[in-house]
Amino acid sequence: MGRYVIRRLLQMIPVFIGSTFLIFFMVYALGDPVAALFGEKAPDPATAAQIRHDLYLDHSLGAQYLHYMKNIFVGDFGTAFNGEPVLTLMGDAFPITIRLTIVAIIFEIIIGILLGVITGMRRGKPVDTGVLLLTLVVISVPTFVTGYVLQYVFGVELKWTSPSVSPSAPFNELILPGLVLALVSLAYVTRLTRTSIAENTRADYVRTAVAKGLPRHRVIIRHLLRNSLIPVVTFIGTDIGALMGGAIVTERIFNIHGVGYQLYQGILRNNAPTVVGFVTILVLVFLLANLLVDLLYAVLDPRIRYA
Amino acid sequence: MPEPKEPIDPNEAIDPNQAIAPTSGFGGGMDLAATDAETLEKPPGEEQEGGPSAKPRSLWSDAWRDLRRNPIFIISALIILFLVFISIWPGTIATQDPLAANLAKAQDGPAPGHPFGFDNQGRDVYTRVVYGARASVTVGVCATAGVVILGSVLGGLAGFFGGWWDAVLSRISDVFFGIPVVLGGLVFLSVVTNSTVWPVVGFMVLLGWPQIARIARGSVITARQNDYVQAARALGAGNSRMLVRHIAPNAVAPVIVVGTIALGTYIALEATLSYLGVGLKPPTVSWGIDISDASNEIRNAPHMLLWPAGALSLTVLAFIMLGDAVRDALDPKLR
Repeated sequence: MGRYVIRRLLQMIPVFIGSTFLIFFMVYALGDPVAALFGEKAPDPATAAQIRHDLYLDHSLGAQYLHYMKNIFVGDFGTAFNGEPVLTLMGDAFPITIRLTIVAIIFEIIIGILLGVITGMRRGKPVDTGVLLLTLVVISVPTFVTGYVLQYVFGVELKWTSPSVSPSAPFNELILPGLVLALVSLAYVTRLTRTSIAENTRADYVRTAVAKGLPRHRVIIRHLLRNSLIPVVTFIGTDIGALMGGAIVTERIFNIHGVGYQLYQGILRNNAPTVVGFVTILVLVFLLANLLVDLLYAVLDPRIRYA
Repeated sequence: MPEPKEPIDPNEAIDPNQAIAPTSGFGGGMDLAATDAETLEKPPGEEQEGGPSAKPRSLWSDAWRDLRRNPIFIISALIILFLVFISIWPGTIATQDPLAANLAKAQDGPAPGHPFGFDNQGRDVYTRVVYGARASVTVGVCATAGVVILGSVLGGLAGFFGGWWDAVLSRISDVFFGIPVVLGGLVFLSVVTNSTVWPVVGFMVLLGWPQIARIARGSVITARQNDYVQAARALGAGNSRMLVRHIAPNAVAPVIVVGTIALGTYIALEATLSYLGVGLKPPTVSWGIDISDASNEIRNAPHMLLWPAGALSLTVLAFIMLGDAVRDALDPKLR
């Protein structure tokens, strides 16, 4: 197990370097952060040169990248263009987005798996067809449309919740945004669970469990679900990174000042240190989540052993 | 000992031209049997409809027979045909100019000749919804074509040859998987000033190909291990012949399925990027842009949001349903 983890961690290094360099290249080479500082006006050449020198931008791209990575390892993510350290921005933004992601994942796990089990057990029945059709519709309607519609219905018309989220973003205000964020993945989780359950209901071990007289709920939870959840766990694990990065749309609709909000502002203003810093952390989260998923396999399926 | 040597003359057995004949002959024999069995159970009138009867009944003709009877496939195919039609000739069902604005009518509801009402700048929502199909369909089709071609060539070759190229490709696709799509789109497209569909298409191909490459790689590896491929190799078929004749036809089904579903998601992605202000830009007519404009006015004029949003959702739904139906038809496990 320990050796497996170490090998996986080592494999993550080139991927981490590749992904961050790609983003670094896009932000620093395709855009011009110094020109962005001056907005619409053309910068004074001498000032621009001085800023370039101060920000280490007068070196080659490779050297800039190395310099940036070296600083990250001592915890210095640079300074956003408004003078705030990027680390402070992260400290404000990440807790909010993590809360939002947790709400979304809870929705995915509870509703998604429940619907998946119900439809998988009743394959071909009206419930199954109805839920299946509903998941297709949910997948097809883009997040920003469901977001506005649900915000309008629940926030404005019914007044069940406030239409926008306060800066502190407590859990109870994040329920609706979390649902909006989760919806598409929820539909995928339902479909995945359904397929997996439907395949396994015919398995020998399920028949054995039923034959030896176990109660139905025990057969489903201990035998059927545990074997059927492996693809679902993979999906949810890889989804963590996508949810955190994809919260841009949801956070914009509900005015949540999380990672997506900071990134969106940073990208629009070409605020290079903010963008690269946040994306670096997101890539890291994504890679670690994938590792966690692979380790979870061993828990769910004792046949899998990592040497 | 000349006697046993004669029947297994190496030149005869490994001659590629000879080698093909037994393979296809064997396959032909099998398929003939299948066709015979089919003609027995099929009324003779249906023969012409099902394609040339001499042709073997393959996975594809089986799938096609399934699809023709699937109402979901028929409905989604009709929607898609209609969308393609109006994206080529929008003028046939919308006679007005999508850019003509009359500020006096801004945000007005439906009026005679304007069934969907007017938008923020008094442009006809119906005309804009019709014209918006072009951008979405173009982006979806071009991005999918690019992704499928690039992904299946790179992934297929990696799966077939293995070795260092496979390892490098896997790492490269890991790198692209590490970047969230919407995020990468924002970063990449925010520096592009070109307002046509091509930067959006280019970006989707750039970030989308690893998905198809992975699937193509997997299915080529599966197909490569099949007995008929081993047989073809033993009979001396070259790499290119094995890839084109034996592996590709048997590995392409998953790629087509994922490609069809991906087409729908690319259309949704284009709308999302346009909504965020980095995808397509005016004067291109796009559902994403219109939804973004309308989103601030949802309390005053919901019709501005609902029509383009409905059209967008229906389009994505049609492609995803089509992909779903094609998958059900192509998956032999479900038969």
